[in-house]
Amino acid sequence: MTATRRGWFGALLLAALTVALLFLTLPIVAIFVDTGPLDLVASLGEEGALEALRLSLVCSAVAVAVIVVVGTPAAYLLATRRFRGRAAIVTLVELPLVLPPAVAGIGLLAALGPNGLLGGLVEDAGVQLVLTTTGVILALTFVAAPFYLRQAQAGFEAVDGTWLDASRTLGAGEARTFLRVAIPAAGPGLIAGFALSWGRALGEFGATLMFAGSFRGITQTVPLAIYERFSTDFTGALALSAVLVAVSAALLLSVKLLSGSAWLGGAAR
Amino acid sequence: MLRVEAATRLGAFALDVALEVPDGACLALAGPSGAGKTSVLRVVAGLVRPDRGRVTCGEAVWLDTERGVNVAPERRRCGYVFQEYALFAHLRAWQNVAYPLRGLDRAERRERALALLDRFGVAHLADARPRTLSGGERQRVAVARALARRPAALLLDEPLSALDTRSRAAGGRELAAVLAQTGVPTLLVTHDFTEAALLGDRVGVIDGGRVIQEGTAAELAAAPASAFVADFAGGVVLTGTARPGDDGLTHVALDGGGTVLSTEPGEGPVAISVYPWEIALAPAGSERSGSAQNHVPVRVVSVTAVGNRVRAALAAPQPLTAELSDASAQDLDLTPGAPVIATWKAAATRLLRL
Repeated sequence: MTATRRGWFGALLLAALTVALLFLTLPIVAIFVDTGPLDLVASLGEEGALEALRLSLVCSAVAVAVIVVVGTPAAYLLATRRFRGRAAIVTLVELPLVLPPAVAGIGLLAALGPNGLLGGLVEDAGVQLVLTTTGVILALTFVAAPFYLRQAQAGFEAVDGTWLDASRTLGAGEARTFLRVAIPAAGPGLIAGFALSWGRALGEFGATLMFAGSFRGITQTVPLAIYERFSTDFTGALALSAVLVAVSAALLLSVKLLSGSAWLGGAAR
Repeated sequence: MLRVEAATRLGAFALDVALEVPDGACLALAGPSGAGKTSVLRVVAGLVRPDRGRVTCGEAVWLDTERGVNVAPERRRCGYVFQEYALFAHLRAWQNVAYPLRGLDRAERRERALALLDRFGVAHLADARPRTLSGGERQRVAVARALARRPAALLLDEPLSALDTRSRAAGGRELAAVLAQTGVPTLLVTHDFTEAALLGDRVGVIDGGRVIQEGTAAELAAAPASAFVADFAGGVVLTGTARPGDDGLTHVALDGGGTVLSTEPGEGPVAISVYPWEIALAPAGSERSGSAQNHVPVRVVSVTAVGNRVRAALAAPQPLTAELSDASAQDLDLTPGAPVIATWKAAATRLLRL
């Protein structure tokens, strides 16, 4: 009786996974089936394609660097201190996760655009944000940051609190404890957040389009270039999509390998 | 001398303690879980600030809430061995020990760490990750790490609890030797009275955030201030040398004289423990009777009433305690100095290999 039950339940689980896997991989497979390796290389030679790829990589790298530098200590604070209003702050920080990208773009315009909340300040500082590469970085940072913050906070929360105490009694101040114990111990969580937020930044479309526009060589990242081609040159759009998938997959894979490697393997308890 | 006074509310209970530990001495705080033992250590280390309190170590004032002094943990020079040891999993054993060593280059730090590990016989594990070490090895690395900064005071939280029962006795003996060497005041907390009796020069029984009674283990067992202390102090601990006897029992020659029998196997240096309520007293010169195989001539040191029971502190010549009813106490001559026979079953003698 039990055996047959396990039998049909096992089959059910397997069927569910098969459906999920097929559905999730089919579009990706289709992109590569429709694009031969030669098309892929050829598409990079097309006007604007390489520029778009370069812009995507540079802007997302800068955005993720900013996110890591500011987000790591912020997440540490949220993970290790208990204070009034902490839950509200955590929710606010995560809010962009559920914000539609178009709303994010509008919000950025309303905040930092020429007639925005802080528009005057931005202008006085002599910085151009709207329709510039800086604007792209800003949009990517806004959209991708919560992914890192969330993972980093969870990573720091999983660190054994007595390690931090032990570090203090061993003569390390709070800053040294953060750098030498908390960050290495939370390593896998931080790297996972890093990969997620970089992936999100690479694929960002809506907020960038609204806040920075789509100008070749200035604000046109790969997703925007794909969209521009889509109506006129479907094959070109497909090839560029394949490039983006390959770059994203390579990124995810190298991060997985990195976090599984020996120097970080030690941090996983 | 380490002096600690602290009063604070911590969650559901109030901590209120005043302790003194002389240089080179070890005070073992023993109590059930939730008694506030660890909180005392955290106050001393500066990881928790009490509402009111004063902590001084030698000349250094680490905490004085009245004068607004609260030295950061990293400046207190406490060697803290945490429960489960809190070794950093991302660092190798030697790197854990070298962690507190600052202002040296890598080679010097490694050399110092190796020397410390060597002192505890684990230099060969210098490059191992903590998760690959056994409980006993972790304990040694943790103690080596705590001593690396030449602490002014040592704090030990359940130092033997992460060890399995086989290595516990060896770990305890080794730790006792280290404590005797350091020359700094040591504050140790444990839920196990036997452990406290073995490692502490003095034992404080703590419950509900207060130290109920403080004294040597023998004093506590002989004259417990309350029924709680009596129950908690439980067994009396004696030391001696065991050898298997022809009768199938283990014969333990007590340090200082006398022989005790146990049904538990053992050989070499041992600690034996007997519950006071297992020990009966008979008039001096009386014949062996009943099933009790232990007949030890002792002298009465003192007699204390605990509820409707009587505790007799005895010299065997090591301190031994018997607990008996009022009635049976009256039948015997229990004036201090009087000779009596302490009897108990060999099965009631628990052995702990040292």
